[in-house]
Amino acid sequence: MSTALFVVQLFNGLQLGILLFLVAGGLTLVFGVMDFINLAHGVQYMLGAYLAVAFYQLTGNVFLAVALALPASMLFGLALEVLVFRHLYERDHLEQVLATFGIILFLNQAVKIIWGAAPLHMPVPELLSGSIQLMDGLRYPIYRFAIIAAGLLVATGLYLFVKHTRIGMLVRAGATNAPMVSALGVDIRRLFMIVFGFGAMLAGFAGALVAPILSVEPGMGDQILILAFVVIVIGGIGSIRGAFIAALLVGVIDTLGRSFMTDALRLVLAPGTARAIGPALASMTMYLLMAVVLAVRPAGLFPARGRA
Amino acid sequence: MARAVRFAIDAAANALRALSFDQRMAAGLFAAMALLPLLSPVFGGSYLLLVGERAMIFAIAAISLELLIGAGGLVSFGHAAFLGIGAYAAGIAASHGLGTLSVALPAALAASALFAALTGAIAVRTRGVYFIMITLAFGQMAYFVAISLAPYGGDDGLTWPGRTLVLGTRLLESRTAFFYATLVFAAATYVLVSRLIASRFGRVLRGLTDSETRMQAIGFAPYPYRLAAYIIACTICGLAGFLLGNQVEFVSPAYMHWQRSGELIVMVLLGGTGTVYGPIVGALAFLMLEETLSRLTEHWKAIVGPLLVLVVLFAKGGIAGAIEAWRRRKMTPAQLLAELGRRAREAIARAGHFVREVTAASRQFARRLAASGSARLRQWVAVLRRWLDALILLARRGAAEVGIRAEPWKRALWRLLESVVLSAERGIAAALDRWRRR
Repeated sequence: MSTALFVVQLFNGLQLGILLFLVAGGLTLVFGVMDFINLAHGVQYMLGAYLAVAFYQLTGNVFLAVALALPASMLFGLALEVLVFRHLYERDHLEQVLATFGIILFLNQAVKIIWGAAPLHMPVPELLSGSIQLMDGLRYPIYRFAIIAAGLLVATGLYLFVKHTRIGMLVRAGATNAPMVSALGVDIRRLFMIVFGFGAMLAGFAGALVAPILSVEPGMGDQILILAFVVIVIGGIGSIRGAFIAALLVGVIDTLGRSFMTDALRLVLAPGTARAIGPALASMTMYLLMAVVLAVRPAGLFPARGRA
Repeated sequence: MARAVRFAIDAAANALRALSFDQRMAAGLFAAMALLPLLSPVFGGSYLLLVGERAMIFAIAAISLELLIGAGGLVSFGHAAFLGIGAYAAGIAASHGLGTLSVALPAALAASALFAALTGAIAVRTRGVYFIMITLAFGQMAYFVAISLAPYGGDDGLTWPGRTLVLGTRLLESRTAFFYATLVFAAATYVLVSRLIASRFGRVLRGLTDSETRMQAIGFAPYPYRLAAYIIACTICGLAGFLLGNQVEFVSPAYMHWQRSGELIVMVLLGGTGTVYGPIVGALAFLMLEETLSRLTEHWKAIVGPLLVLVVLFAKGGIAGAIEAWRRRKMTPAQLLAELGRRAREAIARAGHFVREVTAASRQFARRLAASGSARLRQWVAVLRRWLDALILLARRGAAEVGIRAEPWKRALWRLLESVVLSAERGIAAALDRWRRR
């Protein structure tokens, strides 16, 4: 393996990690504050991508499309909250899982009905097309850098928001002990709505960001949802910092594992055996990472205080 | 002869009386299923048996999941992985020429038990949401490993060379024999799991679900009990996988897809947790729903999804819960019908109420948004006009200050500013006027 390839894969891993963080950040907040397991979060990522494509077809401008997709996915998340999720906060997790599973089935199919089963595409904007020469024989697309930058910007913004604003303070307090926050006179339902809308918007943002580089298709949110779960389990439920670090960890390790596992195995095994078990082992790496973290720290790397 | 028949009926009635309600329901269900091959020449043909086999296979998987969810309080979202593992283990054995009952079945069970022990050792350390997410992740791991199993078909799946041989014969190739085999396995699973839940082991498990602290206080460690329950349930699901692979003589990663795990949970909850016959009813109901709806439209999932949400919101306890509620009130069939009608009306009224509530809430939300929006807009316009007024004043004062003696271009500049601001102000006023009149 060459250094250039390694660096490229490292950047790809970073980019996957950033996207995972955008999805897992909202999910972990919703978990932490509302103790609500929302399987439909992945669908909101998918909807963000579809909305971006739809707005792109309408306006012909990628930036405008992404900008419009943000409030649209937030509104959609809020509508879901008011219609369904609000009635589930007091139910046990099993029922939440079932209801949100129903919503996944419905929305995946609804998207198929509206936009068809064939994947859609959105071009990379003119301004961000092309690539940068990093070193000899290594060019990296600008758009992927833009994704990393946008994600880091959002992460910083989220950190400042959660650490230094009044609502952020309430969110942190809610993650630690929601009934106490409610008892102190905070309208917890409104806080829930804000957090939920915000989480939906972040997921939608991630979806809109990847629309130009991935194919937009029904069910694209399912895989990232499960990755986001792995991220949350590693990072600790309710912890933004944990989600950030775990997302980068999972993104980088998964990407590197997929590209280099077979080569690495070839160093110790016969080439045929390595080629046979390499891909299988590569797809297991991040789950093994999760297993190791859980074996050492059952509550994740950075558990939010106040919960077991 | 008549006496013999009467004696047999009496004996059967006595045996029935000795059974619990749960067991009676299950016995009824299995007896009805046993009559299916008699019905199939008249109605549905071999298709009916196919559906019946599928129902029994998924009933086995659902019963094993009930052991986890109902008794153990462990909501596994990766249970379908064991359907795939059982089918893959037996299929791989068969593809190496070892497709006999004495090898394939133990291979399926052992592979499931092994994977359950490895993943369960970590997953069972956690509870609640963590457990759901971890089992989901491990299930997905199995799915991706199956996809990358290139020597055994990878993404395309593995076609079995044929059904498992029983004592060297192709017994299971016969439609009827295979149907009864699934039925016998399902009945055996029912007996095993209900015995297990009633046993000391099952009582400890249920006690741990109710109050872990109290059980620990009287000297029970939760971990080994839960791990044992997890391994047993997953091994039984491996049996279901073995049968499923036999039925279609094929196995693919799709067996392990996480939506399949979700469907298994749906079966258990639809049937009703806390009972062992409930999951059987749930599996039957879900498969029938799937069969009917998928004939109506290819988008049947778009109907099942909202249905699930409604079931969760309005029908707690599932089908078994409803049956239990009626049974407790000891009603005659006529009363039952009346009650059913009342319930249906109530449900419709409740759904109507829900819809009205939602529309009212959204209308109120829209009104509030409009009200606050227009108030804010008016405020902004007022601020803007004040700024413009100030600008006009400034312009006039400027013009006055430079006086007549100033250069003409300076005076013209001030006048220009004044007229621009004035026209802007007039434009805003006109727009406001038009907006108000509308």
